[in-house]
Amino acid sequence: MGSFALPMICFTTLWALVGPNRGVVITSLILTAVCCWLFWLIAILAQANPLFGPQLKNETIWYLRYFWE
Amino acid sequence: MDSFFRSEEMCLVQLFFQTESAHNCINELGHLGLVQFKDLNPGTVAFQRRFVKEVKKCEEMERILRKYSRFDKLEQELKEINSNRDTLRQNFTQLMEINHLLKVFDAFLFYLHDRFVAGVIKHERFPAFEKILWRLFHGNFVLRHEDPVKKDVFVVFVQGDQIRGKIRKLCDGFHASMYPCPNNAYARKEMRTNVNTRIEDLRLVLKRTEEFRETTLTAAAANLQEWASKVKKMKAIYYTLNLCNIDITQKLIVAEIWCPVSDLNSVHTALIHGSEQSGSSLSPVVNRIQTQQTPPTFNRVNSFTSGFQSIIDAYGVGNYQEINPAPYTMVTFPFLFAVMFGDCGHGLVMTLLALWLILHQEHFRKLKNELIDMLVDGRYIIFLMGLFSIYTGLIYNDCFSKSFNVFGSSWSVRPMFHPHGPWTNDTLHDSGHLHLDPLVSGVYSGNPYPFGVDPIWNIASNKLSFLNSYKMKMSVIMGVAHMLFGVTLSLVNYIFFRNLKDVALQFIPEVIFMLSLFGYLIFLILYKWCVVMKSESAPSILLLFINMMLFDYSSEGTVLYRTQKPVQIFLVVVAVLMVPWLLFAKPLLLYRKHKQLKFLSLPFCLSLFFGVKKAFVSLQVSMADIFVYQGIHTIEYCLGCISNTASYLRLWALSLAHAELSEVLWKMVLQVALRVTSGMGSVLLAVTFAAFAVLTVTILLVMEGLSAFLHALRLHWVEFQNKFYKGSGYKFTPLSFNRMRDMQ
Repeated sequence: MGSFALPMICFTTLWALVGPNRGVVITSLILTAVCCWLFWLIAILAQANPLFGPQLKNETIWYLRYFWE
Repeated sequence: MDSFFRSEEMCLVQLFFQTESAHNCINELGHLGLVQFKDLNPGTVAFQRRFVKEVKKCEEMERILRKYSRFDKLEQELKEINSNRDTLRQNFTQLMEINHLLKVFDAFLFYLHDRFVAGVIKHERFPAFEKILWRLFHGNFVLRHEDPVKKDVFVVFVQGDQIRGKIRKLCDGFHASMYPCPNNAYARKEMRTNVNTRIEDLRLVLKRTEEFRETTLTAAAANLQEWASKVKKMKAIYYTLNLCNIDITQKLIVAEIWCPVSDLNSVHTALIHGSEQSGSSLSPVVNRIQTQQTPPTFNRVNSFTSGFQSIIDAYGVGNYQEINPAPYTMVTFPFLFAVMFGDCGHGLVMTLLALWLILHQEHFRKLKNELIDMLVDGRYIIFLMGLFSIYTGLIYNDCFSKSFNVFGSSWSVRPMFHPHGPWTNDTLHDSGHLHLDPLVSGVYSGNPYPFGVDPIWNIASNKLSFLNSYKMKMSVIMGVAHMLFGVTLSLVNYIFFRNLKDVALQFIPEVIFMLSLFGYLIFLILYKWCVVMKSESAPSILLLFINMMLFDYSSEGTVLYRTQKPVQIFLVVVAVLMVPWLLFAKPLLLYRKHKQLKFLSLPFCLSLFFGVKKAFVSLQVSMADIFVYQGIHTIEYCLGCISNTASYLRLWALSLAHAELSEVLWKMVLQVALRVTSGMGSVLLAVTFAAFAVLTVTILLVMEGLSAFLHALRLHWVEFQNKFYKGSGYKFTPLSFNRMRDMQ
């Protein structure tokens, strides 16, 4: 019974806050989603077809050879 | 509630109420906090207004209350109490002196002279007293004294009444207090007990007096706050009454208020309530009137949105019913901050700090420190900034300058060695740094790291070559997207104000100009990222862009794709054509309308206007002004496009600075302590970590945080808002007692 009350209270307050401010909340969520998605997309596209690779120290290469993969 | 996207619709309302109920009605309106009174007597000076005496009286009372609250006194009662206390104290000292005197007197018992004078004199005066006694009476006396406290108790034994009288006068001259002392021991003992009981009584009375004084003062202090706020309210009410008009019969007060249309009902109810309270028979009349004046701008905010609205208003309050940038700023401002701050460790600390501020808001407000008040007002802004910084930190793969390897790097070293690639074990011994070549198969897995920057770049020595290129292009893409968003908002404004002519004359050329040049730049960036090409033959985008503007296609290897040359020529020509369209179309159209107006009669041509009413209110409008205004706007827009796009490169610059500072703190401070192998290393580590924490908070959180905040704000105020925001309205300032109480 107690574990049912807590989420009930949480979500009721959440949507009560959303109620009168529906337009603003929805706009903010959409805008957040667009900004974050665009940022992620740029990060992944920039690495999709690399023109050059990383330059590593020989100790690092030695370590990576045996400990990565 | 759509009112946050645009300021609310306001109406001008005339109020009529009776003079008796005026005070109560305005009191009710003040508690409601939704109306702004217009000044109906703008020509009169302050001391000519009707209620100036009452305002002065209120100010006087305020001054007195303020003084009292500083020294915590209540004048009359205090004076009485103080004087009583002084008399009591005097009596007390006298009794103490008599006590001492009596004590001492017993020691002088063996002097059997009749006459004596006993008293108390101040210690410094005693030698002089003794000397004069000798001079006057040539030793015909016996003087004994003792020194119990600061004062001397003395007894002078003499013969004869005359001498006694002279000594008495001498004592008066020396301000020595004389006391009668009984001759025999029994009487003296009795006197002593008497004096002791009186001393005890007086002690009790003094204690009671002190207690009474304290209770009075504390009771007064509790009421002080209430009185002060009441006086403030009264002063505000009289000040408001000064703004109204009183008609000739002295029975009616006329007020004009600005009020949001949606709140007219609550205003009406409040007025009826006020008039009922004052017991008047007639309810006030509310009369909405049409007006040409510009109403004030009112944006209804709650405690979350008020911070963002205030940073928009700091630059300029929006025009009446112009689009409000605040709801979009709520997301884009913390986002652009986070792009410049980009570290999930620091972002986490910032979020926790903001949570602390939010949860303990009351406690912080009580401290009444200006700096802390500013932080508390912006607590939701800081919270959002922290949250977005955690996200961008995860994408930049930067947490206190270290990276996470969650999905496994896309780069592998093994294929570079002999069966696949050029390296042998000797290659490792020969050179200190080696380049991984993506063209060797298997080195690059073909799938980019799924979330964010690959962790191998954190340990690469050419990290900055990759990151700089990535971040600069990211900044340009973000910048152009932000500016396009701003231009789109101007379209929304035009549609709302039914200004369809400006859509064709300003919005369309602006968008085409920006898209054909900077939209194409973004296309080039994305194309180069998506298409596989050899590093030697990859053209530089910057050179491509410059050559495009200069129509220079002579150098080798300048094409990314086959039809590049004709497409670029077409785009540049279109962009150049937009400039005269922006520059001349609107003024020429206005000029033609102006000519038409001169030929036709006035009522006829009023129906011909659509959307450009303001320019024709006075027929004397000069065409030169319109051309100059349009010229300035065109230059500002076109050159601004270029300079603003470059301005967004600060997103790259600040995130680079932040990452480098973070790395310096790691390498020079914490790593040094972690590498110590001796026994005392743990102590050194504890001390060094403290230094690391302090430096992180002051340099990276406070300094870089303020810097990124400022630059993100500038990007919004200048680069984003000059695409659509006019910001020349005036703010709605209602009469509100809540606001007055919060401000003090």
